[in-house]
Amino acid sequence: MASEVAQQSTGSVFAAPAHPAVPAGWAGRLRPLLIKLLPVAAAAAALGVQLAVPNQQTFAVNEQYATLLKVVLALNVLFCALSLVSGRLGPWLKDNAPLAAAGLALLTVWDLITLKFGLLPLPYFPGPDKVLAALTEDWKLIFTSAFYSLRLLVTGYLFGALAGLITGTLMGWSRRWHYWVSPVMKGIGPIPATAWIPLAMVIFPTSFQASASLVALAVWFPVTVMTGSGIANVRNAFFEVARTLGAGERFLIFRVAIPAAFPTIFVGLFMGLGASFLVLIVAEMIGVKAGLGWYISWVQGWAEYSKVYACLFVISLIFSGVIGLLFKIRDRVLVWQKGLIKW
Amino acid sequence: MVTAVGNTLKVAPEQSGAISVNGVRRIFLNTQGEETVALDRVNLEIQPGELVSLLGPSGCGKSTLLRIIAGLDRPDEGTICLDDTPITGPHHERGLVFQDPTLFSWLTVRGNVAFGLKARGILKEKGDEVDEFIRLVGLEKFGNAYPHQLSGGMAQRVALARALVNHPKVLLLDEPLGALDAFTRMQMQDEILRIWEDRGTTMIFVTHDVDEAIYMSDRIIVMTPRPGKIQEVIEVRLARPRARNHPDFFMLRSKILEILHFAGEITENYYL
Repeated sequence: MASEVAQQSTGSVFAAPAHPAVPAGWAGRLRPLLIKLLPVAAAAAALGVQLAVPNQQTFAVNEQYATLLKVVLALNVLFCALSLVSGRLGPWLKDNAPLAAAGLALLTVWDLITLKFGLLPLPYFPGPDKVLAALTEDWKLIFTSAFYSLRLLVTGYLFGALAGLITGTLMGWSRRWHYWVSPVMKGIGPIPATAWIPLAMVIFPTSFQASASLVALAVWFPVTVMTGSGIANVRNAFFEVARTLGAGERFLIFRVAIPAAFPTIFVGLFMGLGASFLVLIVAEMIGVKAGLGWYISWVQGWAEYSKVYACLFVISLIFSGVIGLLFKIRDRVLVWQKGLIKW
Repeated sequence: MVTAVGNTLKVAPEQSGAISVNGVRRIFLNTQGEETVALDRVNLEIQPGELVSLLGPSGCGKSTLLRIIAGLDRPDEGTICLDDTPITGPHHERGLVFQDPTLFSWLTVRGNVAFGLKARGILKEKGDEVDEFIRLVGLEKFGNAYPHQLSGGMAQRVALARALVNHPKVLLLDEPLGALDAFTRMQMQDEILRIWEDRGTTMIFVTHDVDEAIYMSDRIIVMTPRPGKIQEVIEVRLARPRARNHPDFFMLRSKILEILHFAGEITENYYL
């Protein structure tokens, strides 16, 4: 140790100006370890608070939460230990440790202001233990609802996106289509799709068809607008070169216009996805007798707010998963942009 | 930097075509409705396998004439024929390379070169030629690269290969080297000449660089603006490969500059 310190101090005469930010000695080596230990400390604190601080909200306290925290603590200890051995896990843990620690700290704060000190009124603000209990108690119904929601979402989104791609391409490609379709689009597009709910319920035979059409309508508008403007703005030189290479009109549309416009089209697909989530949940709350939106309004009727939170948690998981999937598809399709734009 | 010298194709040389331009007139209207005569009764015969330059200052109609030959623009009067067949629109028999390579940014080098074959539905039969033409322009190591990963010279080579894969009877080049630096430019001039000698394709080469025109062409069509018309046709009777520093090269250069009124004036007591 002494020789190492000596080496470093002699080395620093020459090398210090190159890395002035790295603190020398034991503090520099200890810092990464401390960062990796942060989630372990946070998990231990959360568990400590849960076990040691007396409960104010004594109604239906759930023991599963303490068990979950024990598992989380054990996992964090395990990760931390593994990161000391494995070379690849170390940097990953160092990157994500502060975030995990902050998440656990938030959980602890939540636990404190609800279950422990009773600062917020029940049943509207249950503690984390009750939300976990709702999730484990009602998971069958929640997952059935999630399945119905996803079925509706996928059906509506695919139809809406396809319709938007078709009308958008026609509008961007042909002046005549633009002339006739754009007033329709300008008139209907800005109406929030949810405003159609009363009509849709009458027009379509089943509430599933009605909601799927509304989701489709909500997706159709942004996809049409972005596809249309994306295709209309493709460089004319691309088409000229393609025509001298022997491309016919179909080839120009499918192999030049659409691929060239895809970065813009993707923005429309993304905006449409956000709109579809909104319409989906609202339509289920009002008309459809299944799905996550229905579940929320159903449990709200029973004042089971812990289940509302549980459902919100599941919605967040599913929808961010769907968005993640769309971005994965984009990364695949737009691989040619890598290095061209900030990724 | 890629240097590809001496790559030749296994594919047979081209069936090169003749172009005849008869009394072509093209008028553009500006926003105030005033007429600008871009081309005024242009007549031109280009022999099969010939390399001809259209040379002149901007606004002389050289690019307009090339676009009309490519079929991307229509003349208001007159006709253009390829081997006695009137030209009515773009066709893969007449390949085109712009100053901007205009590579399809979503396709790899191989995808760009294969584009013409795919568009014509003959990629299956002729797919082997894609790699042949990529090799011809010396980019065999870059087949899977995307356009933004290429330098300007490399991108222009891809554009050349993309046009050549269709076996055009005529290759139209619209200031293809205008955006390159002086040295890459001279290198690419040799590259195009090598391909021309290997393939025997008729080439029409638009440029505003006098040296480039003399170095490359069999004939130089000197054009002047307002109205755009052919001022003079100059045959370049210099042996190939040409030397940019030969006295006859300079003679020709000063002759062309005089035609274009850019030579300047030699005063008494010229040396200071």
